[in-house]
Amino acid sequence: MSKLEAPRKRPRLAVFKFASCDGCQLSILNLEDDLLALGQALDIVYFPEASSAMNPGPYDIALVEGSITTDEDAHRILTVRQQAKVLITIGACATTGGIQALRNWADIEAFKQAVYPRPDYIQSLSTSTPISEHVHVDFELWGCPIEKGQLLRVITDLVGGVQPRVPADSVCLECKRQGHVCVLVAKGLPCLGPVTRTGCGAICPAMGRDCYGCFGPSEGARKGPGLPPNTTSLARHFHDELQLIPVEVLRRFRGINGAVEPFRNESRVWENKR
Amino acid sequence: MTSDMHGILPKSSLQRLLDVLSVRGYRIVGPMVRDGSVVWDTVRSVSDLPIGWRDQQEPGRYRLEQTDSQEVFGVVHGAQSLKQFVFAPREPLLQIERRKEGFTARPTLPQSEKVAIIGARACDLAGLTIQDRIFLNDAYRDPYYASRREGLFVIAVNCTRALSTCFCVSMETGPRARSGFDLALTEVDNQLLIEAGSEAGRDLLSNLSLSTSSEQLSVEAATRIEACAQSQVRRLDHSRLPQALYEVHEHPRWDEVAGRCLACTNCTMVCPTCFCHTVEETPDLSHQQTTHVRLWDSCFTQEHGYIHGKNIRPTIKDRYRMWLTHKLASWIDQFGTSGCVGCGRCITWCPVGIDLTEELPALLSPGIQSSTAKRQADGNSRRVEG
Repeated sequence: MSKLEAPRKRPRLAVFKFASCDGCQLSILNLEDDLLALGQALDIVYFPEASSAMNPGPYDIALVEGSITTDEDAHRILTVRQQAKVLITIGACATTGGIQALRNWADIEAFKQAVYPRPDYIQSLSTSTPISEHVHVDFELWGCPIEKGQLLRVITDLVGGVQPRVPADSVCLECKRQGHVCVLVAKGLPCLGPVTRTGCGAICPAMGRDCYGCFGPSEGARKGPGLPPNTTSLARHFHDELQLIPVEVLRRFRGINGAVEPFRNESRVWENKR
Repeated sequence: MTSDMHGILPKSSLQRLLDVLSVRGYRIVGPMVRDGSVVWDTVRSVSDLPIGWRDQQEPGRYRLEQTDSQEVFGVVHGAQSLKQFVFAPREPLLQIERRKEGFTARPTLPQSEKVAIIGARACDLAGLTIQDRIFLNDAYRDPYYASRREGLFVIAVNCTRALSTCFCVSMETGPRARSGFDLALTEVDNQLLIEAGSEAGRDLLSNLSLSTSSEQLSVEAATRIEACAQSQVRRLDHSRLPQALYEVHEHPRWDEVAGRCLACTNCTMVCPTCFCHTVEETPDLSHQQTTHVRLWDSCFTQEHGYIHGKNIRPTIKDRYRMWLTHKLASWIDQFGTSGCVGCGRCITWCPVGIDLTEELPALLSPGIQSSTAKRQADGNSRRVEG
């Protein structure tokens, strides 16, 4: 990650899209005033969403949006990796497979038959997988979409030769710092905040809504006995105290980041209880 | 009691108190109904206060309900103690700028603001006193905290109703405000009994031209506060602390509670005494300047237990044990007092309702081994399914 130390000229930035909705790329454009600063600090050489000037690699920083859902993309990500010194995934799709990873539990052929008049035209893998299952990823940004301040911070750190870090604590920590009333305790909503990674700024609880886990599990996808996130306890509380039926508990965890291990395992537990 | 002045303010004249404070340059902060609870916010008129509302609290659950009464202070408390007014959740400490040679660091002390808080409870005052001891200790006086603390005028309300989660009586902090306030109110039907607890409070009272307190009202107020104390069923027996908790470091109950604990940090955020913080930089893209910011942190976060090269508290069990042992035991060694004031917030605002007044006796009694082992086995089998 220290490969960018003391650059002779502005680092070259490229932004790539795979299976995604473009929302994370739009978050870059939404940087507004900071976008100008970004353009001064970096040479944005490949960003089809923003410019038709698409320059070849190599690139110092490659931002990758989207998951791998086709054979073609599974090959394309290899060439992106080869051209990039630092590869950063941006958003839930690239980092965990995204909402489209719901197909991992379904019959892709049946979907094709149901949706398309000519299903034989559709060439698609039966799974949606995160970038890290295909190539080495240097840093992951979570969220659907990413939080633009986090992106700016990671780029700032990289340009400065600093190891980037974003907090992995629960949403609750930020929610309480901001003084919001807990929607789980005061309204009985099945909020995923206690097991979800911070970064969004607790925007859903701030609006009286329950967090649906779009930043993925707190403390990342780390796993092991006794480590956070304790999805088991929260899921049991949803069921026993908030009276969610098993399929509702399952759906809480099988959402935007349903394919990432702690959430995937929890949804499977509740699938077995149906 | 330190106060030497009492008076009666008809509740219909409460606005006068607010007006006098306004004239003296205070921003008045009180409990206001928001999103199913109360939060501290700027009060402009008495009607902003939660008149006729009451809170019901139990482990992991908080509900407001409206009553027919004209009670002004019927809501005991929300998630927020007084902590945020002195130990800010997000406090910029330094503005650092790069210079040709080295850098400059300019302290960013908060603007001193006069804030009058109306509706603080005895447990809140106890929490504030403990925070004062931590942040205003001579050798390590925190100027940011001190600046905020200086402008604070505290109007306490004596509790005449206990929540099911309250245990201030056993922690000897309430329900009557004994010290640490400028004014204290007791709401008795249509009247407010006011007493002063500081020079500033006395001075303000003398300007309110109150009718003299009657013996009858004082007795009635005392009776209601006593009844509130008597109605508290929850208690925390801390007579064997700190030592007893140190001796159960390997108790199986820690595993059991860790199976329920989310490590979400809520208990520490709502605790009036928890003071852990972290600092972060917010550099600009050109790396010419950064703000050095202090943020509320918690012993339940991953990084809190991180020392060079190693996390000394990786598991939830490590973290819960650290929190409870510090709060109830080593806090006594460190500060000469328990870190718990008996407000019950950590019980209510724990999303899964973990109750320290249940955990402590379980940890200190040896006879629960078998049931714990069973619950553990259940927990493990659930995990295996995943």
